[in-house]
Amino acid sequence: MSLTSRRALMLAPLGLAVAGGAGFYGMLRGMGTGSYDPRGVPSVLIGRAPPDFTLPPLAGSGKPAFAAAELRDLPSPVLVNYWASWCVPCIIEHPQLMRLSREGVPVWGINYKDKPQDAGAFLTRHGDPFARLAADESGRVAIDWGVYGVPETYFIDRQGIIRWRWAGPVTPEVLDGDIRPLLRRYA
Amino acid sequence: MIAELGHFALALALALALAQTVVPLWGAARHDARLMAAAGPLAFGHLLACAAGFAALLVAFAVNDTSVVNVVQNSHSAKPMLYKLAGAWGNHEGSMVLWVLILALCGGAVAGFGRDLPTTLKARVLGVLGLVAVGFMAFILATSNPFGRVWPPAPDGQGLNPVLQDPGLAFHPPLLYLGYVGFAVTFAFAVAALLEGRVDAAWGRWVRPWALAAWSFLTLGIALGSWWAYYELGWGGYWFWDPVENASLLPWLAGTALLHSAVVVEKREALKVWTVLLALLAFGFSLLGTFLVRSGVLNSVHAFANDPERGVFILALLLFYIGGAFALFAWRGPAMAPTGMFAPLSREGGLVLNNLLLCSAAAVVLAGTLWPMFADLLFGQKISVGPPFFNTAILPLTVPLVLAMAAGPLLPWKRAKLWPVLQRLWWAALGAAAALLLCLAFAGWRVGPALGFGAALWLILGAAADIADRIALFRHPRFLHLGAAWSRAKGLPRAAWGAAMAHAGLGVTLLGVAGMGLATDNLSALRPGQSVTLGGYEWRLDKVEDAIGPNWSARRATVTVSRNGATVTVLHPERRFFPVGRTTTTEAAIETGLSGDLYAVMGEEQDGATVLRLHHNLLAPWIWLGAVLMALGGAISLTDRRIRVAAPATKRATAMAAKA
Amino acid sequence: MKKLILALLLLAGPAFAVGLPSDMLPDPAQEQRARSIGRELRCMVCQNESIEESQASLARDLRLIVRERVAAGDSDQAVIRYIHDRYGDFVLLRPPFNLATLALWGMPVLALGAGLMGILLLRRRAATAEPAPLSPEEQARLAALEKDPTA
Repeated sequence: MSLTSRRALMLAPLGLAVAGGAGFYGMLRGMGTGSYDPRGVPSVLIGRAPPDFTLPPLAGSGKPAFAAAELRDLPSPVLVNYWASWCVPCIIEHPQLMRLSREGVPVWGINYKDKPQDAGAFLTRHGDPFARLAADESGRVAIDWGVYGVPETYFIDRQGIIRWRWAGPVTPEVLDGDIRPLLRRYA
Repeated sequence: MIAELGHFALALALALALAQTVVPLWGAARHDARLMAAAGPLAFGHLLACAAGFAALLVAFAVNDTSVVNVVQNSHSAKPMLYKLAGAWGNHEGSMVLWVLILALCGGAVAGFGRDLPTTLKARVLGVLGLVAVGFMAFILATSNPFGRVWPPAPDGQGLNPVLQDPGLAFHPPLLYLGYVGFAVTFAFAVAALLEGRVDAAWGRWVRPWALAAWSFLTLGIALGSWWAYYELGWGGYWFWDPVENASLLPWLAGTALLHSAVVVEKREALKVWTVLLALLAFGFSLLGTFLVRSGVLNSVHAFANDPERGVFILALLLFYIGGAFALFAWRGPAMAPTGMFAPLSREGGLVLNNLLLCSAAAVVLAGTLWPMFADLLFGQKISVGPPFFNTAILPLTVPLVLAMAAGPLLPWKRAKLWPVLQRLWWAALGAAAALLLCLAFAGWRVGPALGFGAALWLILGAAADIADRIALFRHPRFLHLGAAWSRAKGLPRAAWGAAMAHAGLGVTLLGVAGMGLATDNLSALRPGQSVTLGGYEWRLDKVEDAIGPNWSARRATVTVSRNGATVTVLHPERRFFPVGRTTTTEAAIETGLSGDLYAVMGEEQDGATVLRLHHNLLAPWIWLGAVLMALGGAISLTDRRIRVAAPATKRATAMAAKA
Repeated sequence: MKKLILALLLLAGPAFAVGLPSDMLPDPAQEQRARSIGRELRCMVCQNESIEESQASLARDLRLIVRERVAAGDSDQAVIRYIHDRYGDFVLLRPPFNLATLALWGMPVLALGAGLMGILLLRRRAATAEPAPLSPEEQARLAALEKDPTA
């Protein structure tokens, strides 16, 4: 083994350290810009139709429920929002859902593991943005969708394909940065 | 006022660290003895300033000074004093102060105990330690000031996570940092050796005690953390392969390899370049852990509240120290020619195998820890790497490691034959095989635990065989020569005792791990008076009542455990509610015995019944007992006469030779 | 803001601290199987906990689903596939073997192989290289070392 190859071997730790450092720097930068999120988990449903399901309406809401069949051939894109009255971040996102609803964007709600009277009280207090409202009391349909916490919001285009999923509250930044461009793109 | 004094002390410590870097390194480069002699006093000054800063932080927590942001965020007047003080290092800022304090302690120790080190080497080591301190002091002052004020003062603190209010956890970080930061000393020795351009037997001898000390503390720190998780998290698990646990395992693996390869440098002047690299790696892994825990790139239970800005700072430090040291290594390393020759089958060869396996294990742990992050960054794929992966990937490396571990110490240096070694180990092999078969016979076809018992016996008996061989206990075929053996035992170097004890310690840990593989548990809802049987014991729920603590209220169950009608123990598992922070914790009740733990956790109460999860954790305490033995083995090696005496003797001999 | 949201998310949802006996399968062998399957599946809302260890309500739902599938006679792989279909690779604590995890799964072999190759290369070089003669200083040190009893 020649001295040069020995030299090359001894450069290896430096090379690995620099490569690792560059990677870590990429992660930290990505965390700043939002392109790298160590906690975010992608949905397996992106680019696919929602799983097959039928749910009853939320008792007392007077709104129609919906099933997988109704999420096909839509006149306009639909937002499907999983929420619950016991969920604190749902209060944070509620004004944004109200705004979308006022602007005519159909927001369909799925009430997750909740009591109908609690859910009703929540909507009376904070307003009701939902065009349709189904109840998933056992949380089983949510698991079929791959929901891992409420709130979660899905964007479904007119062909009934899920294009986007947001886990966590829809903040004004998410509304302007993600949902509005999606609405324009799939209008 | 105290807070400002503390802040000032930290700033002073930074200035002194800067001086501790520049003066001795400059002096060593210029061969100026006066400048080099300043290293010691500067290190002591830096230590004093750090201690003052840390003391100020302790005072702020002790008096619950709510004008200090850090106290407000992490403490509360209702907390017991121990946890008020522990709160000082239970958060990011305070733990960094502890970190630099321990680094300063290491510097002080080198300055104090290293009187016999050659002047230039000592100056360079202290200079490098100073350089490490500069970076981290600057980090504290720039991004993580623990003494920030808030005006007006808050009425009271916001409390500390109740799960963290625990004696085990209070002492976990200091021990762990003594280990992590202790490797800064071996790092400094390695960098100093690269600067000097030479590594020899004496260097190996100087480095080894520091590696031993750091390794022993790290062993204890990891064990304490594991023990804490075992009794506090209430699941009965003791190792979760969590990224933060892995971050502490990495320097431990590299440090273990370092300990062994330093022996080869000391005895045979071989593996020199490799040992230097390991010394750099051990501290590099420590710094990597610091980065992972504090930057927020990691998804872990233990991670501190994170902040990318801090992350960039630590990353810069990491790249500066480790990248710089590796660059120095690439530059100076090739010039260090290997000298000591040895046959593949020899003590050296055994230690090379040890290093190969330990480093491969480290590579696997490193990959498992970092790959999810890099897979996300490079391929946009979110994956999880959990216990099933680590257990599968580490096992193939552990088996040969354990097999070689018992044989290694029996191999002679330079050249060995396998057969005589195996002859001396036959009864260890017999014991291991017996344990394996007995386990298979009596515990059902459970391969994992059976292998564990076999490995444990192999290591413990192997260590005994090693000692027996050294004191020639069985050398006379007819009778045991106890008197002669005893005098030989007394004359045996402490390092040999230490090594045997550490090896047996791992065996003891494996005994516990294997036992836990046979642990049983039971989940049931009981009404007072009802009982269940588990692990040959009868567990009866007597009553459930309210209890009050200093800053919590609780529901407490009384569970009487009996065997054949005789009461063995009474357990009191609790569910505690902490009004500050509004959290509920479960306090497991554990009765520890040599044969295992009786472990009870209380769940919810419904319709007059109480849910109890009961565990019979066979041999569980041996896991941590083994770790204590390992650390003790390290400590015994540390007291070896040769480590303390030989260094100056060598130096004198060198000086005489130089004069001649 | 992000931190606050996270804190709120953690607060949300009822927690089942210890689990409920009624959730377990009556057949101990099936329960044992369900447990070992559960240990392969990550609790999505937790950090590095399997659904068997987690106290989150979603983890309990998944525990129940695993037990339902086991009781219905599904194989271990089928149960894991059922969860994997819904939650993706992230839910698997044993990452799938594919191009992106090649380096991960190959690491034991890679590390051992690289180490062995390094050792062989260095030995071959050391065997051919002429050992440098000892300097007087080194000889003195050697003498001092040899006087010392070594283990």
